[in-house]
Amino acid sequence: MSINWFKYSSPATFYPLAGKLVPWFAWLTAILTLAGLYWGFFQTPDVLSEQKEYYRIIFIHVPAAWMSMWLYFVLVCWALAGLVFNTRLSYMMAAAIAPTGAIATFIALWTGAFWGKTSWGTWWDWDPRMTSELILLFLYVGYMALQSAIDDPRRADRASALLAIVGLVCVPVIFWSVNCPDPTQCAALHQRSGTGKMESNILIAMLVMVFAFWMYAFAVILMRVRNIILERERHATWVNELLETEK
Amino acid sequence: MTVSEFFHAGGYGFYLWGSFGMTLLLMAGEVIAVKNQRRTILKRLRRMMRLNAAEVDE
Amino acid sequence: MFRTFRCIVMRDLTLAMRRRTDVLTTLFFFIIVVSLFPLGVGTDKETLRHIAPGVAWVAALLASMLALERLFASDHADGTLEQMLLTPQPMSVLVLGKVFAHWLLTGLPLVLIAPLVGLQYHLSDTSIGVMMLALLVGTPILSLIGAIGAGLTLGLRGGGILLSLLVLPLYIPVMIYGAGVVSASAIEGSDLQAYFSILAAFLVVALVFSPWAAAAALRISVE
Repeated sequence: MSINWFKYSSPATFYPLAGKLVPWFAWLTAILTLAGLYWGFFQTPDVLSEQKEYYRIIFIHVPAAWMSMWLYFVLVCWALAGLVFNTRLSYMMAAAIAPTGAIATFIALWTGAFWGKTSWGTWWDWDPRMTSELILLFLYVGYMALQSAIDDPRRADRASALLAIVGLVCVPVIFWSVNCPDPTQCAALHQRSGTGKMESNILIAMLVMVFAFWMYAFAVILMRVRNIILERERHATWVNELLETEK
Repeated sequence: MTVSEFFHAGGYGFYLWGSFGMTLLLMAGEVIAVKNQRRTILKRLRRMMRLNAAEVDE
Repeated sequence: MFRTFRCIVMRDLTLAMRRRTDVLTTLFFFIIVVSLFPLGVGTDKETLRHIAPGVAWVAALLASMLALERLFASDHADGTLEQMLLTPQPMSVLVLGKVFAHWLLTGLPLVLIAPLVGLQYHLSDTSIGVMMLALLVGTPILSLIGAIGAGLTLGLRGGGILLSLLVLPLYIPVMIYGAGVVSASAIEGSDLQAYFSILAAFLVVALVFSPWAAAAALRISVE
């Protein structure tokens, strides 16, 4: 059985497909969030040895932080696909991902600040991971700013795709330089984190929340890409037919 | 555990719900913004379509 | 290929010599920014010595970024850039030539003026030497990375401020090690070579990749 994947790279066929997928992802988000939060709040101890009840911020902090980094990577993959295969839909996907990624980055920073205030006694510390996350936010903002500054959609797509790729190439260097400002001795991360020593119930709840965040991201990105498709393809006949039939 | 104890969260309620609240606010806000955007686009496109149709009629 | 490179460099230098004020503007921007800090944070010697590396580098970052706008703008305005894209010569070599000329006019003056910063901030002679060397290696990287941003924002309204959003985050590693080596030079017996090795590695990588990326950016923008 062979599926013609390029069939779905056409906006006209992808638009209804995305429309069908959105409710599924929305439901999955709701179910997983409820399950994850139930598990996180009622199946876990209130107080850990070092950390008190605020540790439950982890259930949104870690998923948001992971997602913010992965989304940038996915964004660059779409951008690259756009430059290589010259498919418009790839650029639209990249453009749809950026705001969600920026929001995830902001959530990670915000929750990180609240966590920092409780466990380290400060809202902000120039901890390598916080700094990296902040720089990631700058990269997202730069991408969106460039995209919205260019009127010609073709140029906007390709210019921002190139910017995203350059950004991804620089990301490891930036993160590494933030982590080791003194090249002769790298600073250890502020807090060693490992999933190994974590209690399994906390780990389960956190992983469920990670999936919930991903489902949310899929749903909202598909919704946004539908908007972008409508906007960009407004002169196509299929859009006009759709406007007449669909409410 | 009572409801108020739950929200009090051992004195860390502000931090815990500050985090969760902001997350909820941003995510809900994002969804609403995208839906609004869709509505405006559809409205504008419909208006443009009617305008075109009117021009053709004349 | 080298002839093309030299030709572009000479041309840009000649053009710049007809409008010398442009070079001076960047230089004085740098001097003004650097002079503002002591007025803002107070003139305590120890504090100044402490913040000098960071201040000098941030000022250098801003100065070189502000100058970037003009890198391709005039060639774009009079259509020369399109002609360049049509020539059989590889575009990346032309870009490299332009960046080099640009660096001679905006980056090199910053390196030469660095001792002045050193005096204003009471740095030791060693630190001043280290700072000059660090700027000498670091500012070309800034121009090279910036060329990509300049290519992407070519001819856009509000291009300057947009450029800063795109380019400044990418400057961070250069600034960290550039400022780091100056700070380290104030401490006896610290290993400065590691910093310079990293900066030199950045320069080599930027030399290889950024003309190519900037050429791609120009092609996207001019098309």
